[in-house]
Formats: sequence, structure tokens, C-alpha cells
Amino acid sequence: MVPTVFFLLQQTATDTPARGPIMGYIPIALLFAISLAIPVGALTVGRFFRRTVMTQEKMMPYECGVDPVGDARDRISVRYYIIAMLFLIFDVETIFLFPWAVVFDQLALFGLIEALIFIAILVVGYYYAWRKGALDWA
Amino acid sequence: MPPFEQLLEWSVKIAVGFIILMTMVAYLSLIERRLLAFIQMRYGPNRVGPFGLFQPIADGLKFIFKEDLIPLDADKFLYVMAPALSLVPALMTFTLIPVGGEVTLPLLDRPIALHITSINVGILAVLAMTGMGVHGIVLAGYASNNKYSLLGGLRSSAQLVSYELAMSLSIIGVLIQAGSLDLVTIVERQGGGWGLGWHVFWFQPLGFFVFLVSMIAETNRAPFDLPEAESELVAGFHTEYSSMKFAMFFIAEYANMVTAAAMATTLFLGGWQGPGVTRWPWLGPVYFLLKVAFFLFLYVWLRASSPRLRYDQLMDFGWKFLLPLALVNVVLSATLALWF
Amino acid sequence: MTFQQLLFIGFAALVLGGGIAVVLLRNPLYGAFALITSFVGLSALYVMMGAQFIGAAQIVVYAGAIMMLFVFVIMLLNVRADEERPPRHRFLVWLAAPLALLLSAGLWLAVAGVQGDRAPSGEAGTVERVGKNLMTRYLLPFELTSVLILLAVVGALHLAKREKE
Repeated sequence: MVPTVFFLLQQTATDTPARGPIMGYIPIALLFAISLAIPVGALTVGRFFRRTVMTQEKMMPYECGVDPVGDARDRISVRYYIIAMLFLIFDVETIFLFPWAVVFDQLALFGLIEALIFIAILVVGYYYAWRKGALDWA
Repeated sequence: MPPFEQLLEWSVKIAVGFIILMTMVAYLSLIERRLLAFIQMRYGPNRVGPFGLFQPIADGLKFIFKEDLIPLDADKFLYVMAPALSLVPALMTFTLIPVGGEVTLPLLDRPIALHITSINVGILAVLAMTGMGVHGIVLAGYASNNKYSLLGGLRSSAQLVSYELAMSLSIIGVLIQAGSLDLVTIVERQGGGWGLGWHVFWFQPLGFFVFLVSMIAETNRAPFDLPEAESELVAGFHTEYSSMKFAMFFIAEYANMVTAAAMATTLFLGGWQGPGVTRWPWLGPVYFLLKVAFFLFLYVWLRASSPRLRYDQLMDFGWKFLLPLALVNVVLSATLALWF
Repeated sequence: MTFQQLLFIGFAALVLGGGIAVVLLRNPLYGAFALITSFVGLSALYVMMGAQFIGAAQIVVYAGAIMMLFVFVIMLLNVRADEERPPRHRFLVWLAAPLALLLSAGLWLAVAGVQGDRAPSGEAGTVERVGKNLMTRYLLPFELTSVLILLAVVGALHLAKREKE
């Protein structure tokens, strides 16, 4: 692990300036590798210390002491689909607004008008969803 | 800077950051219980060590020794993967958050910047990481084969995605002010006005409000703790989890709380900025920790004093109140930024 | 072989392995999980090419929002892994190979035309650059995106409504 990262560093340091694109991501990759090791470690460490006695009752899904009836994995409500769909749609909108906000200083009034058109069209969609009752849960 | 030195610096920073985060998670659980007890005129855990200070260690040991149950008919692969999927992103976000400016250390000939890394898409990367945690929750609910878990997991993920929208939209206002996604730059831009050029004072109070509410909902805390509503869903998506797998969900939740508090601090309360920071750089981390502690205290205070919302109220609040408010804030911030 | 190439091969293997797993796994939720891994690998590839904003957006939109939708749809339809369904449209299996060949040929044609050194400059994929281009040169596509999104809202709600009744 360490020699390979060392090697990568030597390369990137010669290729790119210090705040080059990949440089800043190396600690994230490093921490990702460490974070992956933590669940593995956490799940193995207990095995050496505990005693496990399994019984039928223990392995039953817990439903307040009553034996479970039927399978838990039933079809879910279509509302979750609508919520996920609306989330996806507005998430894409938000992602588009991020770069706009960053360069807003340079765009000034022009940028404001552009974004207002963009947001206005989406507000129409939002209003439609509201009127159609997609935002009502009960 | 020679590569080896750079690698060493990163490793040391990651290690220190990780230890601080883990300590905060452990003691947040203790402080939460003590504070709740104090508010409710009880003692709380005060037996293990002085003032109960060793309680987190005892809890950790208990998790290791507990039996690790996997319910019958559970989807074994997803059941094991789900806690990991929630924990890994929760542990990664702290790399991007700056806790201070540049400080000098004894024995070192150059100043050390008190952040691990700084990338061009900082906030977006944090949002990406926290967004991945949602999958862990919904898969845990599905894998357990328990009706409470499935309902809890579904509700939780629907809640998380709803409030994530308002949260990301509330950040846009800050971006217009700061002109960058890089968290280090965002904090540096809040340094004006004797260290009090915080975004919450300069045109973003509305954004701060939306962010604060949605951050509490994002971390599944009271009054938005429906996924874990013990009185109706028996802890929701982690009903069936025990031992270290439960501990992983627990650590993920508390690490997310700390991250959310740190994000709120960084984006709206000026991060490590404050009066006198330019003169004494070591005040930076102190200010930062104080601000984070304020948010963590707020979490516990809210849990002690607010009733839980009903689910339809929760969704209505997110979609019909916070989301439009966040959109209004975007337009308002842009208009204000034109004038000032 | 440089380390960057090694890293590229590693992430490319993650992307392809995830993709193949999506097709081969019987359990749709495992497939969703494999697709998430694939998307994460793809995001790493984007970042390696200097497209930082796309890399982050890839995770937020694809691995986050779209996969959430997929998971909900899988649960909504409640497709089980153990259900052995009789295969319909058997002739499609035979069409797979020629179609794959056609797709590969198209991809090859697209890539073969690229000339010269396409090493990332590092600054090309930053948010600032993307924002600047999006708001000036690609303004029309940007505004049309909102219309597309509006259509998606209407379409999704229409579908969901019909399904409920």
C-alpha cells in the first residue's frame, strides 16, 4: 500500500502542480481504503470473543413477541416511486445550479436572467406536481 | 514538497482527524445521555469511571461481546453489506473540512495547513458521500426481512432524499457569495469584518435556517427521527441488527451528526474564522470546535424538548415549505449579490 | 506501465466487473448494488481524467438519485430472485451477439477518429470552467434541460397516476 502510493506521488508530483486535479484526491482514496478496512475489522474482531448459541426463536424476525405472519417483503407503495422520481428530477436541477452559482460573479445580471428562466420552468413542474397531489402523503 | 513528506503529512493528518472524530462520536453518545438526563432531572450513566467518563469504552466492549444475530430468511449478503455501506461514507467526509488556517508547529520549518485536502468540487464531494449512506439504510430495511425494518428503511430513505434537496439548494446561496465549491476557500472568504464575515450574517440567514432544519432531518434526529421511532417502528431499519453491525450504524449516525455540524459551521458560521484568528492561528481550531459543539448541543436540546412529527407532516414540511423556501433563497441571494 | 495506467486498469475493471455483474446476477437488488460499484469506479475514472465536476455529479446523480429510484422500483415491483420465469422473446438471445458487435463497431469508429495526446490539462474539468461554458456557449442546451426536466415531471406523474388506479 505505502510503496504504491509513494510511487504514485512521485509521478504526480513531477507531472502536475501541487494543487493539480489528482493530487487532492489521494488522501480521499487513502481514507476510502482505510474506511473499507474498518467494517471488515469490526465484523471479525468479535468472533474471537463471543459465544453464539442460535435458536429458532432468536433468529425469528422481531415483531413485538408475536410470531411473524407472512413475508415482510411485500410490494411497497407507489408513493415512494413518485418521491424518488421527483428527487431525481430536482437533484439534476440542483446539480446544474452549482456551477452557475460558482461563476455568478462573472455573469452578473445576465446570469441572473438565465437562472430565472431555468428556475421558472422548473417551478411550473413543481406547481404541476403539487396540483396533481404528488406531494401529498396522506 | 518531496512526495514522502507529503504522504507522511497526509497520513498524520488522517490519523489525527480520525482519532478526533471517533472520540467525538464516543463522547457525544455519553454527553447526549448525560444532558438528556440532566434536562429530565435524572442522573444518567455516572457509574463507569469518574462522572461516567468510561461509559463509551464499556459500551464498545459490550458491542464486541454481544451475539451477532442474522434473522432467518434475511438476505445475508445485503444484511452484512448495509452497515458497511452506511459507515464508510460517514467516515470519509472529514477529509474535506478545514478546522483551521495555517499554524506553525515546533520542530517544523514550514507552516502546516489544518485541513487534510482541498479539492475543486469540495461541497459536491461531501454531498456525494452523504448521499451514498442512504443506500445502506434502505438495503438494511429490505435485507432484515422484518416488517418494521422495511417500513423504517423506506420511510428513512424517502425522508433523506426529500430533505437532501432542500439542503443542497440552501447551499447555493453560500456558493454565490463565496464563488467556489472548495471548503477551504469558502472559509477563507468569510474572514472579513474582524473575523465575523460569516455567511449567516451576510445575506444567508434564510439559507442557514433551511440548512439547519434539513441537516437535522438528514441525520435522522428528533424531531425528524421517524425512521427510528421506537414507539411505532421499534428502531426502524436496525431492529434486527445487533453487536458490531448495530455499532456500525450507530457510529455512522453519530459521525454524520458531527459532519453535519461541521458543515453547518463551515458554510454558514465562518468555519474556523473568528476575532483574533489572524493574530493567533491556534484560535482557529478552538473556534471551530466551539461552533461544532454548539450544533451538537442543539441536537441534544431538540431531542429533549421536541415531539416527533407525523410522517405526512414531515413530508409536507420538506416538500411544500422547505423546498420552495430554498428556491426563494437562491433567487434572493442572486439578486442581492448583484447589488452588493 | 505507469502507475496512472495501473490505476486506470483497476478502476476500469471495477466499472466493467460491476456492469457484467448487473447483467448476470439473478437478484435485482444485488444488481443495483453492483451498478453502484460500477458508478463509483466510473466517477474515479472521470476524476483521473481531470473532469472533477462530472466525477462528483456522477456520484450525486447516478450512484445517489438514480440508484435510489432503481431500488424503489425493484421493491415496488417486488421481483424475486428465485422466481423462475419462462423466457420470453427467445429470438432476442440470438440478436444479442450481432447487436453487441454493431455497438462495438460504433464505439470503435468514435474512438478511432481521436488524434494526438489527450492527456488532461487539469483545469478543464473544474466547476468554474463547466459553469462558464454552460452559461455562455452551451446556454441553449442548459435552458432546454429545464424543459426536458419539466417533461420528465409530467411523464412520471402521469405514469404513477395510471398505475395507482
